[in-house]
Amino acid sequence: MHKVYHRIEEIAGNVIMVKAAGVTYRELARVTWKNGDSLAQVIRMNGERVSLQVFAGGRGIPTDARVRFLGHSMQTAFSEALLGRVFTGSGEPRDRGPSISENMIPIGGPSVNPAKRIIPRNMVRTGIPMIDVFNTLVESQKLPIFSVAGEPYNPLLARIALQAEVDVIILGGMGLKHDEYLFFRDTLEEHGALSRSVLFIHTAADPTVECLMVPDICLAVAEQYALQNKRVLVLLTDMTNFADSMKEIAITMEQIPSNRGYPGDLYSQLAARYEKAVDFDSAGSITILAATTMPGDDVTHPVPDNTGYITEGQFYLRNNRIEPFGSLSRLKQLVNSKTRKDHRTIMNTMIQLYAGFKETLEKQAMGFRMSAWDEKLLKYGERFENELMSLSVNIPLEAALDLGWQILADCFEPAETGIPSALTEQFWPKDKKASAKE
Amino acid sequence: MSENIGKIVGVNGNLLTVEFSSPVIQNEVGYAHVKGEKLKSEVIRIRGSRAELQVFEDTTGLMVGDDVQFTGELLSVELGPGLLSQVYDGLQNPLPALAAEAGFFLKRGMYLQALDRAKKWAFTPAVKKGATVSPADALGTVPEGIFEHAIMVPFHLKGKLTVEEISAAGEYDVEKVIARLKDAEGQLVEVKMYQRWPVKIPIRQYAERLRPTEPLVTKVRIVDTFFPVARGGTYCIPGPFGAGKTVLQQITSRYADVDVVIIAACGERAGEVVETLREFPELTDPRTGKSLMERTLIICNTSSMPVAAREASVYTAVTIAEYYRQMGLHVLLLADSTSRWAQALREVSGRLEEIPGEEAFPAYLESVIASFYERGGIVRLNSGKNGSVTIGGTVSPAGGNFEEPVTQSTLKVVGAFHGLSRERSDARRYPAIDPLDSWSKYFSVVDEKDLEFARRVLREGSEVNQMMKVVGEEGTSIDDFQLYLKSEYLDAVYLQQDAYHEIDGATSAERQKYVFGVIAKIMRTKMSFADKEAARRFFQNLTQVTKDWNRQDMESEEFRALEERIEKMIAEVKEYA
Ligand SMILES: Nc1ncnc2c1ncn2[C@@H]1O[C@H](COP(=O)(O)OP(=O)(O)O)[C@@H](O)[C@H]1O
Ligand SMILES: [Mg+2]
Repeated sequence: MHKVYHRIEEIAGNVIMVKAAGVTYRELARVTWKNGDSLAQVIRMNGERVSLQVFAGGRGIPTDARVRFLGHSMQTAFSEALLGRVFTGSGEPRDRGPSISENMIPIGGPSVNPAKRIIPRNMVRTGIPMIDVFNTLVESQKLPIFSVAGEPYNPLLARIALQAEVDVIILGGMGLKHDEYLFFRDTLEEHGALSRSVLFIHTAADPTVECLMVPDICLAVAEQYALQNKRVLVLLTDMTNFADSMKEIAITMEQIPSNRGYPGDLYSQLAARYEKAVDFDSAGSITILAATTMPGDDVTHPVPDNTGYITEGQFYLRNNRIEPFGSLSRLKQLVNSKTRKDHRTIMNTMIQLYAGFKETLEKQAMGFRMSAWDEKLLKYGERFENELMSLSVNIPLEAALDLGWQILADCFEPAETGIPSALTEQFWPKDKKASAKE
Repeated sequence: MSENIGKIVGVNGNLLTVEFSSPVIQNEVGYAHVKGEKLKSEVIRIRGSRAELQVFEDTTGLMVGDDVQFTGELLSVELGPGLLSQVYDGLQNPLPALAAEAGFFLKRGMYLQALDRAKKWAFTPAVKKGATVSPADALGTVPEGIFEHAIMVPFHLKGKLTVEEISAAGEYDVEKVIARLKDAEGQLVEVKMYQRWPVKIPIRQYAERLRPTEPLVTKVRIVDTFFPVARGGTYCIPGPFGAGKTVLQQITSRYADVDVVIIAACGERAGEVVETLREFPELTDPRTGKSLMERTLIICNTSSMPVAAREASVYTAVTIAEYYRQMGLHVLLLADSTSRWAQALREVSGRLEEIPGEEAFPAYLESVIASFYERGGIVRLNSGKNGSVTIGGTVSPAGGNFEEPVTQSTLKVVGAFHGLSRERSDARRYPAIDPLDSWSKYFSVVDEKDLEFARRVLREGSEVNQMMKVVGEEGTSIDDFQLYLKSEYLDAVYLQQDAYHEIDGATSAERQKYVFGVIAKIMRTKMSFADKEAARRFFQNLTQVTKDWNRQDMESEEFRALEERIEKMIAEVKEYA
């Protein structure tokens, strides 16, 4: 009963056009020809002219390919059997396992009713002071890592995933290099986490349109787990590749670009995915960590820029460190009042002083004489960078706070820090030497 | 009236092309029928026998040939008791009720009545049979939380009307006809406890518009003292992401000295609305002693909700604001973010293939923004009372660069500009309003002369700072250095404010006047120091004591003690000529 057509009227880029009737918006079709086949999705209808984006791309498609409409839009399977498995962007097995087609669910479904959300309240511990102390990660947060290509954002994602106490990990790879994919798979396996993970991987060698499906598939599956009371962590890497795929389609469709070739709805498209992060009021949660590479290390590039407006902060990865400036967890204040009384003060004070250190460095570079205050800042900055900022540090929050006080006490007088007197009285290390040894 | 049905001939994202045969109206509402669902849409362009409609929903599953039913009505909202403390989407669907019906997820095509039809309100008539009334006159009142909510003669009526019938005092639901009025032509009009009004048309039932002169106290020092907002004024908060736009609006929504606050969460994060939604019912409003939620209304059309409804949401919000203004109330509308609404316009404009302007925004962007802010204002109502709508909108400029169409169009029409700077937010100097770039045309709560002086200190202090970057501290005179330290001090203890501190977080106008007086005096005091190191150390200490002072209740013993300590410290460094 599904309609089949044998004549393609137009082919441009990854988009084909057929004349068809009775087709619904966003319906899927299977396109088959002598040397291949692919899924395709309806993206525009104008009278009988129906445009479809072909997942495998337009290359090699003959005008007499067979186009069979499937009567539904994009779906994915959902079952326990997904765990431990690896799939492509269109949900086909990528490992040697069987394909799964039970319990098909639509992807890209409606958003959560804001009235059914709750205020996030659980800290996610990472053992990384730049996160735990300064920009605390919170369950159900959506947060990207901004970095230039070449920074270790994928190892950082993997490290957080392994350290976080979550029930299910879903990895969405977009334009991944093959060895990056293997890195994730092997790391999860080594730490015994693969059996609670599902991987949807699009590699740089795969067709562009498949890349577009990855976030939606990952999040649809994540949503199902969350509804079953599971805490789900979704890793999406690299969202800039996702945005670039959208750009490619938009240009093929001759849409008017808004900014550097990206479509005007880039913000809405990214938001539709990131807003799937949620803490349900009587079920589980979805936390989203993404990688967003910044072309030319430019944070005003449309992809990081629009992302920053959507996500609940960002971690800036530069020179192997999470930068305190530019990095932000917008949800931190929901949890950092409940950790330890001095948490917020250490967080604010140490950053303000670090800003002072940066200014002093500039002065130093200009060849100005260093005042006594500058000398203190220089000493402080170096210790801060080595003992707290370095990604090699792996200590619990409480130890990091104690270390913070120690560094302050070793470098400054209490009044110089601007910390309220009540707190310095309680937390300022009384005997520097003694506490340093502890 | 016979049904006016058209047929879908094209679908492109949320834009439908529909072939029609009976007349259609520009901006009328239509419903696209798809497999048992009806999707609300609005006519946005008509060419020949084809209309283009933007759908307020996801369009998956629509088919060429599907029906579209035209309603003949413009997009409207319900106005009546029960709006306050509600949470609506951009089309005025009550979200909690929707959740009760549909569960965790929003359900396409499900539209619920904005006002609860079952709830009874205690009506007291204000007019007698035979009285002559005009549109917007109160026919009676019902208590709505903290207010007497006026049931008014519908705004769309014209001229003088005679009250033929008016209900006695009693408990009625909103559908109850509480009055019958006779118009000049002798037609009888039934009046219920609610009326409908098209959102894109301003309500203009007032005697005159006044100049906004009364300050609207937000309890944010840098705002009320340096860049004030007036009741009935308009202002904007542009800033890069993470600079503090939303937090600033959240604080304002809590503390602002107004009767009603309407929050339009327009195309940004749902989570931020949830904070308000969950916290406000627990917080007490110091003005009324009741829950803060009772004076608040949220229009929530966050970023993953349908884009076209995002555009509608700011109009829904401002229409409800105007409605409460008609009762002689002061209403504050906070929209976060107006850029998302502008982007919604851009998306539709792109699909309509209109000739794009700068950054692909439509050419009419500027006039759309101007006419939106024009709906703010303070008015003298026909009753003689004053009512106001103050509008504060955030702007989210691409790349944080204010030289972009939405920021620039907004700056042309607003009365105050609170520009947030990345530099200040990176340095954790909150609220990150740039004290040198921002401006306001309204009146401050503090003494104008002190204020002028303080502005000069900030400006000159910043110049010294710039200079020091070139010539170094050693190349700076001790007097200049002192000026710089004073500007930093003013910044640290007055411009910066700890939003999360119970006392420091909200500074009353009275306290601002007082504290600013003390600080202005310090600014004017000539001090002498042995060297720069001593000066720096002095100001570090002074800053700390003053910050402690900010954290004390103004009536407390500690407040007085710390003030004395500050005075003593100043006396010790004061230069005696
Ligand atoms: N007044 C403030 N006091 C303390 N922290 C603030 C303040 N304003 C903003 N912040 C910090 O900055 C973050 C981002 O602020 P937000 O208002 O969400 O930015 P924007 O809306 O401009 O993107 C907040 O989560 C908070 O950590
Ligand atoms: Mg914001």
